[in-house]
Amino acid sequence: MSSPFKDARGRPLAAVTGLGVVTSLGRGKDENWRKLTSGCSGIRPITRFPTDGLRTTIAGTVDCIELSVQTSATRTMEMAGVAAAEALDEAGLPEADFPGPLFLATPPAEIEWPQRRRIYEAALGSADKGYRRLVAAARAGDFQDIADESQFASAAIYLANRFGTKGLPVSVSTACASGATAIQLGVEAIRRGETTAALCIGTDSSVQLEALVRFSLLSALSTRNDAPQAASRPFSRGRDGFVMAEGAGALVLEDLEAAVGRGAPILAIVRGCGEMADDYHRTRSKPDGSAIIGAIRRAIEDACIAPDDIDYVNAHGTSTPENDKMEYLSLSAVLGDHLQKTPVTSNKSMIGHTLSAAGAIEAVFSVLTIQHGVIPPTINCDDPDPEIPMDVVPGTARAARVRNVLSNSFGFGGQNACLVIGAYDGVK
Amino acid sequence: MKPRDVWITGVGLLSSLGEGNAIHERQMGAGGAPIRLDETSYAPYPVHPLGDVDFSLQIPKKSDQRQMELWQRIGVYASGLALADSGLAHDPDLLGKTNLVVAAGSGERDTAVDAKILESVGSAGETELLAKEVLPTALRPTLFLAQLSNLLAGNISIVHNVTASSRTFMGEEMAGFSAIENAYRRIAAGQGDVFLVGGALNAAREDLLLGYELGKNLWPHPYLPVWSRKVDGGGFIPGSAGAFLVLESREHAEARSRKPYARIRDVLTDCCQRRPGDATRTFETLFSKLNVSEGPLAVMSGASGVEPVTSEELGFLQGLEDKGHQVAIRAHGTRLGHSVEAHFPAGVGLAALALASGQFFAPSDENWVESPLEGELSRVLVTGAGHWRGEGLALLERVE
Repeated sequence: MSSPFKDARGRPLAAVTGLGVVTSLGRGKDENWRKLTSGCSGIRPITRFPTDGLRTTIAGTVDCIELSVQTSATRTMEMAGVAAAEALDEAGLPEADFPGPLFLATPPAEIEWPQRRRIYEAALGSADKGYRRLVAAARAGDFQDIADESQFASAAIYLANRFGTKGLPVSVSTACASGATAIQLGVEAIRRGETTAALCIGTDSSVQLEALVRFSLLSALSTRNDAPQAASRPFSRGRDGFVMAEGAGALVLEDLEAAVGRGAPILAIVRGCGEMADDYHRTRSKPDGSAIIGAIRRAIEDACIAPDDIDYVNAHGTSTPENDKMEYLSLSAVLGDHLQKTPVTSNKSMIGHTLSAAGAIEAVFSVLTIQHGVIPPTINCDDPDPEIPMDVVPGTARAARVRNVLSNSFGFGGQNACLVIGAYDGVK
Repeated sequence: MKPRDVWITGVGLLSSLGEGNAIHERQMGAGGAPIRLDETSYAPYPVHPLGDVDFSLQIPKKSDQRQMELWQRIGVYASGLALADSGLAHDPDLLGKTNLVVAAGSGERDTAVDAKILESVGSAGETELLAKEVLPTALRPTLFLAQLSNLLAGNISIVHNVTASSRTFMGEEMAGFSAIENAYRRIAAGQGDVFLVGGALNAAREDLLLGYELGKNLWPHPYLPVWSRKVDGGGFIPGSAGAFLVLESREHAEARSRKPYARIRDVLTDCCQRRPGDATRTFETLFSKLNVSEGPLAVMSGASGVEPVTSEELGFLQGLEDKGHQVAIRAHGTRLGHSVEAHFPAGVGLAALALASGQFFAPSDENWVESPLEGELSRVLVTGAGHWRGEGLALLERVE
């Protein structure tokens, strides 16, 4: 006899019992959901640093987090902390004694220019130059504050200490698919029976000068600086690149049986995860879309459902010419005629591309979509690309009964990770 | 469900000792001083650089090589060695089933550009100038891709066509623990059959030295073995290395008639606060969960030389004598240098080579910490201790 707590393959089901989110739209689920379903954009001119002369001067910055030292690293940690605290509160778990591991999607750590300058100038009068001087200054001075936030483990260590997660805190990077991968790691750990709970977070605060210039040099960013709120236009004819953005999304995953046992709210089930690496190019996907197609197929198979059971797609939808075209081709290859009846939207039209955090933030929004029975719109799609004939729910949110969401995440380096998140019907 | 047996069926090593398994076995077997050490280029910091490597042997296309910085070339090269060693290379069906798990930091910055900016642009108005004039002309788009942590994995997929899945773990030494543990657990639980797992480090770079010296983690004196650095406060000597392994379920390996180097019996990790005594206790707790029977125990220690954690690990290892284990400790960092993300995979790889040959490596320290192994080599405990955080243990066994 099959167990109500296991999937069709007999694996423990991973329930979502808590959600938290921070984006350029605001802090917390309520504010985000209200604005997301009203079609608000969080994209604005960058005020954090001077942008004169840059090709792109807009982003979805998170400006509602107060910090004494504003670096990408401190914002990345603090946003993740805010999102995780909200998720733990909803799950009814203590804030400092989480009963399982941390899986964190976070950007690679780096030292920013103001910090590099500070180290350099600590050795005033030195005859050394360049890195020789920097390294000597590091040995002579006290830069523990920079050291503590510029390790690749820094964010995970900070969060593990704050929330009392168990075991080795895991930091993962699959570029712009990282958030989905963090959730996948949690689902797999629960399926293996290693833990009954996992704290999965995606966080990213990369809007700093050099990172902006680097993405600009790759010609990846929108340059619609004069109309920031119209700059992220997934699936539209006039899309010209993504808009960098910041944010964090946190999900508490629990073994369904354990969650029901302790009376936790069951918000949704992460039913399936799929991935496939692309070996074609560092920043472009195979022209036939086979790796993206493979990842989508595997997620649907892993969820033990059929393509026709997908009734909404939370797209990667970055607003780059390449991504949106390939995503449509791949969806049509897997869903076939069913795609015509399936709404496909991009949260990024409103919050921009939150990079390492995107998969987690969009998973949070996917669960909210199921819970509220409302699909947030794709905004700025007033000039739809005729080569992408999809129902993108343009402009205005739509009421809909959503049972299974496919959430896509794709990244540089051939990373493709997809999740299937399903409604929970209670124990039958 | 009973966990499946996890076998090591391929090892790929590239380090200052040279390239390939035979050279690593020979060099580690010989003991003694490191064979390649650069004590001048980054003085006062010694570094173990790579020797000459013909990267085109594993990365045939010059266009691919140009897209990578050295850390990525090291990793792609070592992963190619591991794939060839296990008979996966150039087999599209098997490579399409092979899952990739990489431990990575990030790649080289253009230190010449950074230095020029620091010298020519004063702090007043720095950001305006950087934004307007300097960075847009000085930065190379390809360099950004060479810096991204997950682009080592991306390049391995492109060059070697490993495509089933791809995950990159970060977190210095913890990245290596996460990678080995993740691959091991997925195989044991039937979430995958065959994995390419490992990491790479280019130690000969000033930006890497800066990153670790901010926390005063480097050894700024003439070379000494890992266990001998405590007197001067400890520290690690970075060593360039690429270390990749093919891990495989026993069933999958037998079905394609592959013999294992060794079996991984378990991988256990944790992350303590590092108050005095924490690391020793953490290792003791992890070790007790391994259920290691009494008797001779070979140890491939990933100690970095950073204090006090190196002494704490040694306290744990020497304490095993009281529990009935005759330990024979070898710190591979003494000969290879410390390879951070790649260091735990390197320890597992070296332990696998030793188990397959039946010969443990020669002691190479001056403090009598490392002693000959008494009895037969049938198992190796591999340790990993992050220079800042993270503790890991793997137990490998000989397969008869």
